[in-house]
Amino acid sequence: MIVGIGQTRFAKGLEDSELSLACQAISAAIDDAGLAPSEIDGLAMFSMEEGREVEVARNVGLGDVTYFSETGYGGGAGCGVVGHAAMAVATGQCRAAVGWRARKRAAKTSRPWAQVSRRIEGHGQWSRPFGLLRPVDEIAMLTRRYMHEFGATRDHLANVALAFRKHANRNPNATMRDKTLTRDQYMEARWISEPLCLFDNCLETDGALAVVVVPAERAKDLPQPPVYVHSFAQAIPVQHQVMTNYFCEDPLIGPSYACARLLWERSEFKPGDVPVAQIYDAFSPLVPLSLEGYGFCRRGEGAAFTENGALEWPDGRLPTNTSGGGMSEAYVHGFNLVLEGVRQMRGVSTSQIEGAECCLVTSGEGVPTSAVLLRR
Amino acid sequence: MAETAFLLPDPGDSESAPFWAACAKGELRIQRCTECGRWRMPPRPMCPGCRSLDGEWALASGHGTIWSFVVPHPPLLPAYAEVAPYNVILVELKEDPTIRLVGNLVAGAEAKLDDIDPASIEIGEKVRVVFAEVGDIFLPRWVRLDAGGARGQA
Repeated sequence: MIVGIGQTRFAKGLEDSELSLACQAISAAIDDAGLAPSEIDGLAMFSMEEGREVEVARNVGLGDVTYFSETGYGGGAGCGVVGHAAMAVATGQCRAAVGWRARKRAAKTSRPWAQVSRRIEGHGQWSRPFGLLRPVDEIAMLTRRYMHEFGATRDHLANVALAFRKHANRNPNATMRDKTLTRDQYMEARWISEPLCLFDNCLETDGALAVVVVPAERAKDLPQPPVYVHSFAQAIPVQHQVMTNYFCEDPLIGPSYACARLLWERSEFKPGDVPVAQIYDAFSPLVPLSLEGYGFCRRGEGAAFTENGALEWPDGRLPTNTSGGGMSEAYVHGFNLVLEGVRQMRGVSTSQIEGAECCLVTSGEGVPTSAVLLRR
Repeated sequence: MAETAFLLPDPGDSESAPFWAACAKGELRIQRCTECGRWRMPPRPMCPGCRSLDGEWALASGHGTIWSFVVPHPPLLPAYAEVAPYNVILVELKEDPTIRLVGNLVAGAEAKLDDIDPASIEIGEKVRVVFAEVGDIFLPRWVRLDAGGARGQA
């Protein structure tokens, strides 16, 4: 059960190091849980994390740590970190675990395409020389095909961007709290990689977030309303290649399909029972693709699903990314989606879905991925 | 156009060196299992179909179909920003449609990267490979099947 959440503020150009941000978020989550640092004996983190477990333990003042694990593949890792922490406390490998992500990517020099050397090894050599340089280019390739096969339009992608911005405008912690976005602004925005424009991209943010996970019986004595990790799954689908997933039967059937299979198999709640979702949104087209993969609609119907305000609080068919998500709250490799899922289950979101019993949270589509279903 | 400042493969990468060596000879060669005949790309030691370690670099027809394409705009690395907006296409190979090579649609092997009007490109167009010399590497690029172009494969 998730019994504590903590985060730093989100901004461009925070002075603190990633390690410092991680320690601040973890410390806040431990306080929120009503635990002492010495009671934390499990650590689950992204393998991309700059601050290592030993440094976190030394800074925050943890006791003996008996479980630590890393989950790979960047944006695909968030729910995996939560799931690993939950499995560790459930199997008794530790009694209280923290999972977190700290990230400093707002500086222009930190962007990956500003850092690559001229000689490319590994999978990049099959795409970078031809000018497919950035994650947005790689996802734009899928998007064009998706539009071609299923009749998705820029209006559908705008539905995603506008819904998340509206939610961010209601969230005091969101980077885009004070910036509204209209359909005209979306349509007139500069291209980044056609068919994707500026507003199809997530933000670049400095910040950190953390959760504390304990077994159910321990949660009874703690101050916060506990949130169950009801179901958890990870997936590397058949013949998957990270981001440039172009060497499989159908690149539009992404990792979410394989992840969803196990997630729903292990849950009494089915997609039709889910009243609110936090869906990984590094790029807007990942949302319709994930809606299909997680079974909210059939293949090819994800774009149409977004029509008529379906993703919007409070009355949409499936209010999604109710804190603003990666596109309008903060992009911290999707870990902010986990915390918003917890807030929905606690009943304290700034765009609360009244009476929501469960919330789906997903991690990166297009990479080895993970998802959790949270419940009250 | 400063094409020599493009990102280029490392010709010393042992797994992929035969691919780039073939390109320099004007040939598109793809790794293929000598046990079960399955094509595989990107190259790797083991065949996922039969787990054989025996592979060859088989000559491909050099023909394919545009599966999708994008048109990148800045911010990009300087060499690419200079020619932006340009096209990047994804080509399904005739031999095996699950092998989709990233490339560029060009007017000919020697043509500039931005010579084709991106608005004219359509998914489903038939293309064939040509090889463009960039620095010390020959990159496979693609021309429309009915277009001319030096170093095209038969």
